[in-house]
Amino acid sequence: MQQEPAVKGSNALGAVRDAAISALISLGLFLPLIGFETVVNIRNELTLDTRWPLLFTMVALVFVGRLAYSLFAAPRLAQRKQRALAVPAWLTMIGKWFAPFAVGFVIVYPILVLSTVGFSGALKWVDNFGIQILIYVMLGWGLNIVVGLAGLLDLGYVAFYAVGAYSYALLAKEFGFSFWLLLPLAGIMASFWGMLLGFPVLRLRGDYLAIVTLAFGEIIRVVLINWVDFTNGYAGISGIPRPTFFGIPFTAGEDGFAATFGLEFSPIYRTVFLYYVILALAFLTAFVTVRLRRLPVGRAWEALREDEVACRSLGLNTTNTKLTAFSIGAMFGGFAGSFFAARQGFISPESFTFIESATIVAIVVLGGMGSQIGVAVAAVVMIGGTEIMRELNFLKQIFGESFDPTQYRMLIFGFAMVVIMVFRPRGFVSTRQPTVFLKERKTISSDLVGEGHG
Amino acid sequence: MEVFLQQLINGITLGSIYGLIAIGYTMVFGIIGMVNFAHGDVFMVSAFVALIAFLFITTWIGVPSIAVALLLVLVVAMVFTSLVNWAIERLAYRPLRGSFRLAPLISAIGMSIFLSNFVQVTQGPRNKAIPPMVHGEMILFSQNGYNVTISLKQAIIWGVTAVLLVAFWYLVAKTRLGRAQRACEQDQKMAALVGVNVDQTISITFVIAAALAAVAGTLYLTYYGVVNFADGFVPGVKAFTAAVLGGIGSLPGAVIGGLLIGLIETFWSAYFSIDYKDVAAFSVLAITLIFLPQGLFGRPDVEKV
Repeated sequence: MQQEPAVKGSNALGAVRDAAISALISLGLFLPLIGFETVVNIRNELTLDTRWPLLFTMVALVFVGRLAYSLFAAPRLAQRKQRALAVPAWLTMIGKWFAPFAVGFVIVYPILVLSTVGFSGALKWVDNFGIQILIYVMLGWGLNIVVGLAGLLDLGYVAFYAVGAYSYALLAKEFGFSFWLLLPLAGIMASFWGMLLGFPVLRLRGDYLAIVTLAFGEIIRVVLINWVDFTNGYAGISGIPRPTFFGIPFTAGEDGFAATFGLEFSPIYRTVFLYYVILALAFLTAFVTVRLRRLPVGRAWEALREDEVACRSLGLNTTNTKLTAFSIGAMFGGFAGSFFAARQGFISPESFTFIESATIVAIVVLGGMGSQIGVAVAAVVMIGGTEIMRELNFLKQIFGESFDPTQYRMLIFGFAMVVIMVFRPRGFVSTRQPTVFLKERKTISSDLVGEGHG
Repeated sequence: MEVFLQQLINGITLGSIYGLIAIGYTMVFGIIGMVNFAHGDVFMVSAFVALIAFLFITTWIGVPSIAVALLLVLVVAMVFTSLVNWAIERLAYRPLRGSFRLAPLISAIGMSIFLSNFVQVTQGPRNKAIPPMVHGEMILFSQNGYNVTISLKQAIIWGVTAVLLVAFWYLVAKTRLGRAQRACEQDQKMAALVGVNVDQTISITFVIAAALAAVAGTLYLTYYGVVNFADGFVPGVKAFTAAVLGGIGSLPGAVIGGLLIGLIETFWSAYFSIDYKDVAAFSVLAITLIFLPQGLFGRPDVEKV
């Protein structure tokens, strides 16, 4: 009993010392970029302003945060590590019922929104939160085939998204084909490009493959910008035909959707229709993935992810296996792209930057590679979270009128990627159900799963 | 001929900057086997630090000689950028050592997004332009009314790069630290057993990488006189291309790769199309990786079970 306070005292002292060191380092880190601000004055010269209060607030925050961490959070974390990692019963319960519940929820979501906030308020909720998130869920599931199942890190996935979007936009505008005809065509185009780009690079491994796919993604974007005759360059393509409901357009006219069914015209019908289209596409992606995992090719993907050398020694054609993953993933990217073009009615190369690719990769990795539910949850958190940032107007009252929360979107996004990687490198859902098993099905921690050199 | 020589001079200048950044990629890859995706953004941060230091020194303190000012800016940029990269390694990469292979890469991508947006939020999204720091050029020779010139800026870039490369080569090849680095590169566990402080060596590697990126950043600012928060990405990818072309893990390879990429880009812009200059650099990356994955000077990658 006598020892206890002394230990505590030195702990507290150590914590204060740690916090002081952290604060000092952060002062050094923040001094140039937060302490000073470069502003252009009236004579169009660059001058320096100081922001000492902000700098010292940040440093103080680091001090307090570090102190709180080492005094309160660290001991608790250490305790938790010592205790056995038993999963509580209610968590397994949730895990079991989560997927059916989520599927039911997304199906009734537009109706739920319409009945709670009415027609005028629902547009934002269905469009910004519903459709926007579902596009990323679909892209995440598409990329999941490449990254999660086959273990090939593709940093240029947005290229296939762009191919899908541009093939829909150009073919619909030039030839007047309908959305339903062009949707599969866009998928085929994207998967063709997937094979074309995939074939030469799939011999590469891991990081190299990632960088080459990134380079291809950038090449396609630069071509889209500079081939003005074909793509209209930076200005993009506008006036892209919107999808119709079995031939009935969603317009205010006589033959429009609302008039045909005797309803009052409202833009919400189109939005709800688009919501169900992307929902169906996303479910299609998930369904195909689940079924493919049971086919020989799906098993080959997973085997490839775990150990490429072993696969080759067992006589798997690794190039073909990789190529199928790459092109099927690209096909779903193409579907999502053509949907995106149809929904926006306008596309430009700005929508297909590297940041998009990084976002999709982040969703797949943060969701726990290979886990469908994890990917969906990650998409909801990341995209829904960034959409919510737009809505946080009350922050303006705290930080003043000039405060714009959307500016901090990507900042927090990048930070979250690092933090989640550091604390949960296997993503949100870090256990995997093995597809193939001997005698009994055991859930294995993904920490035990080896890394393929894909 | 005159145009060719002029472009050669411009290309070597650009290539020196790429080469300095490429060393950072190649060293970090050599020692811990990760592509430090955030390195391009570290370079951009260093250019911003240099910009702020330059404004601070010229408008607040007032240094009589531009040479002294430039030297001070260089030192300040190197110190702060090293601190930034040290902190990044400590917070974002070290906890992931020994994790699965893609974890550090993802963390680095997150760090890259974080850094560029941090600069955007704190310094604003607009281009930051400063008046040219150094003037003057020298006409090497003139023919048919076309002058082949080398500007003082370019001469400074060549000189600084050459001096630093020699110093750096000495550090890696002849000192105790360089030996420790090469030991960690070959086998970290064994290096630890014979008394090399592996963590510290890796930290120092990141510090050196950042210091060289800071030199590149300062030279970039001197050369172009303008910097933007998004300027890290493309030079970063090009420098990575340089590192791959030279053979990743090989230090002379990084420099030669950087020069080659600089020359390819400059000649492509001069003789073909300036719009597609990035496509040229990225294609070189893809072609190198497909046909010559070990690069010009790299060791071939042996696959072991």
